[in-house]
Amino acid sequence: MATARIVMPRTARKGEVIEIKARITHVMETGFRLDNVGQPIPRDILTRFSCSYGGQTVFLMELFTGVAANPFVAFSTVATETGELVFNWSDQKGFSQTERVRLEVT
Amino acid sequence: MTSSSKIGHQEWKRLSRRGVLTGTAGLLISVGLIDGAHATPETMQEAIAGALGETPIRPGRITLDVPPLAENGNSVSLLIEVESPMTAADHVKTIYVFAEKNPLTDVARFHLGPRAGRARVHTVIRLSQTQFVKVLAEMSDGSCWAQTAEVIVTIGGCLDPL
Repeated sequence: MATARIVMPRTARKGEVIEIKARITHVMETGFRLDNVGQPIPRDILTRFSCSYGGQTVFLMELFTGVAANPFVAFSTVATETGELVFNWSDQKGFSQTERVRLEVT
Repeated sequence: MTSSSKIGHQEWKRLSRRGVLTGTAGLLISVGLIDGAHATPETMQEAIAGALGETPIRPGRITLDVPPLAENGNSVSLLIEVESPMTAADHVKTIYVFAEKNPLTDVARFHLGPRAGRARVHTVIRLSQTQFVKVLAEMSDGSCWAQTAEVIVTIGGCLDPL
């Protein structure tokens, strides 16, 4: 399991725009580096990060080789109702990691 | 070398699940990448056309906050803000980030919508050498806006051997 961190407020007023920061540890190996015998190190990158809230995907990031290791993203969302925000990182080889954070909306 | 190119093609087919046309441009570029080939302003334009089609692209509405000089190309901060009310009727749908001289021109894409509240995203990218970063925003009304920023890179990312 990679280490994922979400930084966001736990409470908000309804309609408030909150900022969310998300980071996960991942090598994001581009596939362009060569090892010490000149062979390409295989590509291993996360390709997708999503945030769902209230049953809808409210943010989606597609990651390519140009995203730095331990991918970080900060984005915002409108606090609509109390509930869980579900964050997921995945690649195209079966990796999937989900984190959940509850937001109280008053 | 042939086996390296085959591995490159297979992996690139997987990566181009979205945006098939952009992926095709990536496939064309990926042959011989290990040799040091990379995107160019022309191939970046092809990738942009693949992603956005014939829509005219206008400069403006986007502010980029990126260091003019990056000590380490493996880690370059990129903050993007697009002017938009982010209402259901008028919002940013997608933000595209391209690097004109990286081994592969696609860097990231952000899919927003009215629930974002604000069209502002911050991430950290890799730049292989001094180059322009081009950011495009596709709006809900179909219009496309663009902004570029040049980053001087002291030590390139992507290609360092171990």
